[in-house]
Amino acid sequence: MPVQRSDALPIRNASDVVAVRQLVRTRAQEAGFNLVDQTRIVTAASELARNTLDYGGGGRATVQVLTETGRTGLRMLFEDEGPGIPDIELALRDGYTTGHGLGLGLGGARRLMNDLRIESQPGKGTRVDTVRWR
Amino acid sequence: MPPSQTSALAGVLQKDRAGVLQAWMQDQQAGSAARPDLMPASEVQDQASQLLDLLAAAVGSGEGRDGSSWQALRQFLASISTSRAAQGFSPVETAAFVLSVKQPLFTKLQQRAADPGQLPAELWAMTTLIDDLALQTTAVTLEARDRMIARQQEEMLELSTPVVKLWDGILALPMIGTLDSARTQVVMESLLQRIVQTGAEVAIIDITGVPTVDTLVAQHLIKTVTAARLMGADCIISGIRPQIAATIVHLGVDLTNVDTKATLADAFRLALRRTGHALGKSNGSERA
Ligand SMILES: Nc1ncnc2c1ncn2[C@@H]1O[C@H](COP(=O)(O)OP(=O)(O)OP(=O)(O)O)[C@@H](O)[C@H]1O
Ligand SMILES: [Mg+2]
Repeated sequence: MPVQRSDALPIRNASDVVAVRQLVRTRAQEAGFNLVDQTRIVTAASELARNTLDYGGGGRATVQVLTETGRTGLRMLFEDEGPGIPDIELALRDGYTTGHGLGLGLGGARRLMNDLRIESQPGKGTRVDTVRWR
Repeated sequence: MPPSQTSALAGVLQKDRAGVLQAWMQDQQAGSAARPDLMPASEVQDQASQLLDLLAAAVGSGEGRDGSSWQALRQFLASISTSRAAQGFSPVETAAFVLSVKQPLFTKLQQRAADPGQLPAELWAMTTLIDDLALQTTAVTLEARDRMIARQQEEMLELSTPVVKLWDGILALPMIGTLDSARTQVVMESLLQRIVQTGAEVAIIDITGVPTVDTLVAQHLIKTVTAARLMGADCIISGIRPQIAATIVHLGVDLTNVDTKATLADAFRLALRRTGHALGKSNGSERA
């Protein structure tokens, strides 16, 4: 899948989360997503970036614009070297939180995107790979 | 750096201190870094003299860079950087002040060179050391600037969340920008405070200017609404644009217990009804 463009940003604090959102919004606009889709993608980015910060202890986001025959996609990758997610199914369940959140971020992000994959190893870290097609 | 390379410098600082200081001050006055409008020459000389003492102590101590004599030197540099910045010196001028000691040190090292073969290494060691000290003054100034920006941001947080009274018993809070947690906290508190002060019955939170509503923002909104309710006020959330409404649904956030309206005007109309005020135009029929 040809990658048109790829940018990586660190996630170390709350302003980095804002920067990730802004980058994702710009790329989604450039890739021609409509306003509703832009909003979906940016909101998913916000959820995943904040999880990376709050639970992963910080990490980085990679944002890519993909082109395939006849379609364009926006791919986001969130990686951290934090404690990992012991039970991914449980973490995806609505209302499940080990913090003080609503427990809707991961499941919500999966609904907002087309494809969302989580790889996680306890003690090693977490990688969330997600894409939305136009 | 091996001690042999700065031992010549240590010697110069010890034996030629007065000469170095005098030449340094002359260069200062000739150079552009001197700002008699900001600092009298006597004070510049004071700083220069202290700096030379601390430098001599550090270089002569044989300690590593984390030794106490180096720390004292760094602390002094930090303090003059801060005070100079407050007096109106630019970071460049403060760095130039430190850098201008190079020329006199250079001359003295040359004069005292016992072994010409060693001279380049000695000069190099001196130069990198002074560069390092000058860089430190810049780093301190930048840090101070960062702190100032952070402070101004905090002040803006408080400014940018005005609670306005729309009508008897009706408050409105137009929120603009990113609702990071620090800001939301301020917003929430100022709204609750005003509810208590004014005894308002309805508070409208308008989020037209909030670009992203994610689970964190939603949670803050729900908490605010709940707290307001405990103080006896109903909240209406307005300005939920269609794309945001759709996203909230996908996220699975439940706002069914919260009154929401598309526009501030709609919310205001509802608030007027709630508080028993009628809009004149339709002659009270709105209340039906
Ligand atoms: N990168 C991560 N590293 C470790 N644990 C994670 C990570 N991301 C999510 N989790 C775990 O998954 C749980 C669910 O995440 P989710 O985003 O759905 O909810 P939340 O962040 O707790 O609350 P909300 O997102 O609604 O504010 C988290 O509470 C946390 O335990
Ligand atoms: Mg989350």
